[in-house]
Amino acid sequence: MFSYLIRRVISAVILLLIVSAVTFGIFFLLPKIAGQTTDQLAQQYIGKSPTPADIAAVKRNLGLDKPVYEQYWEFLKGIFTGVDYKFGPEAARCHVPCFGYSFKTHIEVWPEIRSRLPVTLSLAVGAAVVWLVSGITTGVISALRPGSLFDRLSMGVALAGVSLPMFFTGAIALALFTYQWPIFERSDYVPLFDNPFLWARTLVLPWVTLAFLYSALYARLTRAGMLETLSEDYIRTARAKGLGERTVVVRHGLRAALTPLITVFGMDLGLLLGGALITEQVFSLQGVGAFAVQAITANDLPNILGVTLLAAFFIVLCNLVVDVLYAAVDPRVRLS
Amino acid sequence: MTDSDDTASGAPKPPGEGAPFLDVRDLKVHFPTDDGLVKSVDGLSFTLEKGKTLGIVGESGSGKSVTSLAVMGLHRASRRQRATVRMSGEIRLDGQELIGADPDEVRRLRGRRMAMIFQDPLSALHPYYTVGKQIVEAYRVHHDVDKKTARKRAIEMLDRVGIPQPDKRVDDHPHQFSGGMRQRAMIAMALVNNPELLIADEPTTALDVTVQAQILDLIRDLQKEFGSAVIVITHDLGVVAELADDLLVMYGGRCVERGPADKIFEAPQHPYTWGLLGSMPRIDRDHTDRLIPVKGSPPSLINVPSGCAFNPRCPYADVPKDDLTRTVRPELTEATTGHFSACHMAPAERKRIWTEEIAPKL
Amino acid sequence: MSENAKKKSGKAGEPAETEQTREPAEAGAAAEAQESAEAGAAEEAGKGGESAESAEPDGADVPDGAASAESEQPAEAAEAAEDAEPAEPAEAVDEKPAAPVASAAAVPAPRSDADGVRTPLLRVRGLTRHFPITKGLLKRQVGAVQAVDGIDFDVYPGETLGVVGESGCGKSTMGRLITRLDEPTGGTVEFEGQDITHLSPGKLRPMRRDVQMIFQDPYGSLNPRHTIGGIVSTPFRLQGVEPEGGVKKEVQRLLELVGLSPEHYNRYPHEFSGGQRQRIGIARALALKPKLVVADEPVSALDVSIQAQVVNLMDDLQDELGLTYVIIAHDLSVIRHVSDRIVVMYLGKIVELADRTSLYTTPMHPYTKALMSAVPVPDTKRRTERDRILLKGDVPSPINPPSGCRFRTRCWKATETCTTTEPPLVSLKDGHKVACHHPENAPGPGTA
Repeated sequence: MFSYLIRRVISAVILLLIVSAVTFGIFFLLPKIAGQTTDQLAQQYIGKSPTPADIAAVKRNLGLDKPVYEQYWEFLKGIFTGVDYKFGPEAARCHVPCFGYSFKTHIEVWPEIRSRLPVTLSLAVGAAVVWLVSGITTGVISALRPGSLFDRLSMGVALAGVSLPMFFTGAIALALFTYQWPIFERSDYVPLFDNPFLWARTLVLPWVTLAFLYSALYARLTRAGMLETLSEDYIRTARAKGLGERTVVVRHGLRAALTPLITVFGMDLGLLLGGALITEQVFSLQGVGAFAVQAITANDLPNILGVTLLAAFFIVLCNLVVDVLYAAVDPRVRLS
Repeated sequence: MTDSDDTASGAPKPPGEGAPFLDVRDLKVHFPTDDGLVKSVDGLSFTLEKGKTLGIVGESGSGKSVTSLAVMGLHRASRRQRATVRMSGEIRLDGQELIGADPDEVRRLRGRRMAMIFQDPLSALHPYYTVGKQIVEAYRVHHDVDKKTARKRAIEMLDRVGIPQPDKRVDDHPHQFSGGMRQRAMIAMALVNNPELLIADEPTTALDVTVQAQILDLIRDLQKEFGSAVIVITHDLGVVAELADDLLVMYGGRCVERGPADKIFEAPQHPYTWGLLGSMPRIDRDHTDRLIPVKGSPPSLINVPSGCAFNPRCPYADVPKDDLTRTVRPELTEATTGHFSACHMAPAERKRIWTEEIAPKL
Repeated sequence: MSENAKKKSGKAGEPAETEQTREPAEAGAAAEAQESAEAGAAEEAGKGGESAESAEPDGADVPDGAASAESEQPAEAAEAAEDAEPAEPAEAVDEKPAAPVASAAAVPAPRSDADGVRTPLLRVRGLTRHFPITKGLLKRQVGAVQAVDGIDFDVYPGETLGVVGESGCGKSTMGRLITRLDEPTGGTVEFEGQDITHLSPGKLRPMRRDVQMIFQDPYGSLNPRHTIGGIVSTPFRLQGVEPEGGVKKEVQRLLELVGLSPEHYNRYPHEFSGGQRQRIGIARALALKPKLVVADEPVSALDVSIQAQVVNLMDDLQDELGLTYVIIAHDLSVIRHVSDRIVVMYLGKIVELADRTSLYTTPMHPYTKALMSAVPVPDTKRRTERDRILLKGDVPSPINPPSGCRFRTRCWKATETCTTTEPPLVSLKDGHKVACHHPENAPGPGTA
């Protein structure tokens, strides 16, 4: 088990390195290949009407004149040690982890992202709890009575949930519960530890909207998994032992049926932690997703790079957790 | 199998003294499907006493497994199942009617008074729980004891079924066991509550021959020790010859022949039984002749052939007069004491065919 | 079937008639050829067939014509050598490892005639397949599953060789090796004198016509989305062969041959029962008139009454087409019924190799004896009479097989020698080889 864990961690680190290299390459190597000069790149840091001297200074200070692989190495080093930039007389310290400076605002990338992380975390984790509870419950009940009114109704709703886009359901939710009946008034994000009640109240609508999409998917997955598991031989054995139907379904059925869901869940949560772009836009939440959208519209390469790497980090991390969890749940995985 | 009333016509005996331990009468298990009503078991009757072993033999789709699940009440364990099955007839376990009984009452009998061993122990054991936990669970459903006591009992049972180092292996998961060990664990789990009726559904089909021999021995020994009634369900006539006192041959959801195993192996009465014997290559005989297969395929359980269900495949279908085999369903009749078969041919005719035509070729 | 074997050895040359219609192998579709025997390869097959037409012929490495020319002669030789002791040739070859394989391929007939020796259709020497086991961070190899570990045997034209053993004995792996669906890690496999042990898929193509496989699972081995006609005609498309009278007519003839109706051509597998599906699998295997058919558990998934139908069908087809069979099964009764000679395997080794009667009446290896005594017999009278040998425990792991004789951990006759020395497979009487230090039913004392 220990060796399995180490192996997974090492492969996760390697994966992250590859992702960072590829992303870095896309941002700094591809434009070069396409004909962009380092001057043009440096110009982006300065803004309008730069003098050639400014450009040369920026190039030197940021190391833009070095080969791309060296820049990548500096970038990597910066993440772990921080970087000192010299702009004329004053030296600016980019703290660990240093993802560089924004082209536009000249603010360090990481503190910006970090300040937005709680919003995204609250949104993603809260929504995940909602969709896990509602999705799995619906799925199990449907599976226990396939063909019943509940089953057909909930699967119909689930189909709608899967097919309706976020910006549509989100807009409808806002229109109904904020403007028509102001149950959840529009307000800015309130940190959890400042006022838990307000924190929750701000987020209920985004949670539910986001969870609607996912619960639909999870209800269908749970239902299918349960139906398959309930026809397994070991379920028949459990019944033959004289166990109550509740024990059979929960202890013997659900556990096996939910195991494959772990994989899907890890992937979904990882993706969301990297920023729920549309949800944050629709509900005007200043999370990582909104930050990403702004960075992309502004063509702010360092910010885009930072967000991309963060998203990749979360996905890799969640997958790592999933693999370990899977081994913990299914003893057969441990050996092979 | 000791009494002589064969079909549902006989009046049910009162429970208690004199009644057989397991009494199944005119059992019907039908499954409504989109294609039609699947008559998996269609009027089956048999009895079984404690200490005796009944072998139920048939091919896939003959209804043998459906019968065993019906006795265990496993067609009606969940709400979902109850919606998809139609059952009628009587199943009496020690006088207690099971078919009409409250499902929860039957559940309390399951695992305690009647237990079951399944064909493939790998898929029949839960992959996520240790063998010990699964046995402990089976024990604690019916006994109000703490986990420690139950665990001791589990180790004791594993030891009894011949698993080496039971105190260590009790914490293994099923996939860490070999096939034979898994089936032993399965048997330990089934016997943990000293059931009076044990049903073994193809208990050795998934196992190698040498392991099969071990398991058959084990079942036989345990039966002697516990004195329980045993039903062995199999397609393998060799396995029933090893274990069974009585035999019941099923075809198309019905019994075509039943009686003491000795009598059936000595002089089988039904053409289908002859067919089964003729189809089997024998390890104990060196013959270079061809096998004598049964022509055609097993019948559809939705459109069971009229008359005798076996008539399209029976080489003697034209022997009885007036096209009886295709129009009238033959009832079980007693050929010799305790030996019944459902065939339109006269017993003398069947005896002649067996001794003159079939037996010499086997 | 031994009767049949004698009758049909004369007919063994029959498939050779089709040689003329065969074309050299095409390189383009060669990769697909490997799948010819595998399930559901029909999709690829289509592509394979198309590319085959445009591809350059590549007959250079495969003397197809030469091979087919020889194939008639061994059959005659076999007839000539019919009454010769069957075990001799294998022995002779063993003692003369110098006899070069290449020359055997070049001039097989004269040699056979001169020595009065039957030339085997398939010759297997030291066949080994180890599956590596890796462990740790660097996935270094820590051991190997010794699925097949150095086995020798021959298959003669027209005979049925039965291979029997319990799960994990390596019999199925062996079947995949001799049909080259898997590549051996050691030893050699020769088919009609040609070494096919490590041939590339492209060069294996001509051989794939002559060697076909029948699989156990009649449900899994047929692609559910293809019609029966499509499935049975797959081999023609794969090999780019146009049978006389067209593919459809030939397929319908094949369907009839295996006892199905030609009208089944446009039906789908799910419309058929298990037994019928197995017939379809057999029809597909026979499409290219193979010389050798390897059947892995051909009847074990079928009901008893259907099992007999398929066994009889295979028997008839062998008579009619002069086929050679290697039948792999765990069921000793079936093996006894179908085989002329039998190989008993245990943990990747051959423990006994003998002709049918000799094996079943006087088994020499304790394992064989135990195996046979364990088979339940449909006769209640025998329940009390027979003395059954109950083996203890399970088959040990093929990863760490016991030293010396692999059976010693379960053997009641095991001694010190069995732990230290591996018993060689030696001939103790005509046509009866056994690998045991303390054989049962041995003809004389001190033979081993």
